Amino acid sequence: MALAGGMLIGLSVTIMLLALGRVTGVSGITYKLIIRDKGDWVWRGFFVVGLVLGGVTLRFFYADSLINSVDHGLGRIALAGLLVGFGTVLGNGCTSGHGVCGISRFSLRSITATLTFICFGIATVAIVDAFLGGVVY
Amino acid sequence: MKHSLVALIVGFLFALGLGISGMTQPQKVIGFLDLFGDWNPALAFVMIGAIGVHSVLFRFITKRESPVLVDQFHLPTKSDLTPSLLVGAALFGIGWGIGGFCPGPAITSLPSGNLESAVFVGAMMLGKGLFRICKPLLDKYLP
Repeated sequence: MALAGGMLIGLSVTIMLLALGRVTGVSGITYKLIIRDKGDWVWRGFFVVGLVLGGVTLRFFYADSLINSVDHGLGRIALAGLLVGFGTVLGNGCTSGHGVCGISRFSLRSITATLTFICFGIATVAIVDAFLGGVVY
Repeated sequence: MKHSLVALIVGFLFALGLGISGMTQPQKVIGFLDLFGDWNPALAFVMIGAIGVHSVLFRFITKRESPVLVDQFHLPTKSDLTPSLLVGAALFGIGWGIGGFCPGPAITSLPSGNLESAVFVGAMMLGKGLFRICKPLLDKYLP
């Protein structure tokens, strides 16, 4: 399932490149939506609507895919969201823009960024495990 | 019109891919990052599948003069490793490890009705707004 889902992700970012010549980077697309970049926000808005419609479809046909059994408390979730929002804009990308599109282009920046966020993710989970009572899942 | 439809379809398929692959389940993401604990390597295959498909097709597409619906490709041109790239990726990694969500899966999870995804996306947009406010300072001190 992970491989099949990954291939579908690869296919969808390929359609974006073929049709609109764009990198499918979710963090950049959402950031440029809020700053209304160059009036070119319509396709970005539709992309986000597509994401949400995909989520609605998952909810109806594969509800298990949206289970969130990480019991963190909303404070920790909010902190995570702030760091992800700020960090992805500062670092020019997230898992989609750097991790999928950038690595596929063999971009040194994206390879470096991806290794960095995976390493910091691993370290964070290890620290949370060791000092903050662990993760519940 | 065509642009919007393509973007809508891409977003839709992308979200289905995230859901099918397990990226929308924070417990799986944290399991993948839990290398020194109860490691669940499954999500490595998401990257392998996505990069496997796109890295091959990318090469065919960029041989074209232009994309199908617009005049030119809009690909990133920066090539230098900057402090902001590294610091940004590190902050993102910390947030990813804490919450188990990255931007795409969090937005895709909004229709689940779980309060967690709504709080996460709200905070994420706040983080982007914070960046916007700090941008003049960051441009100066963190190139």
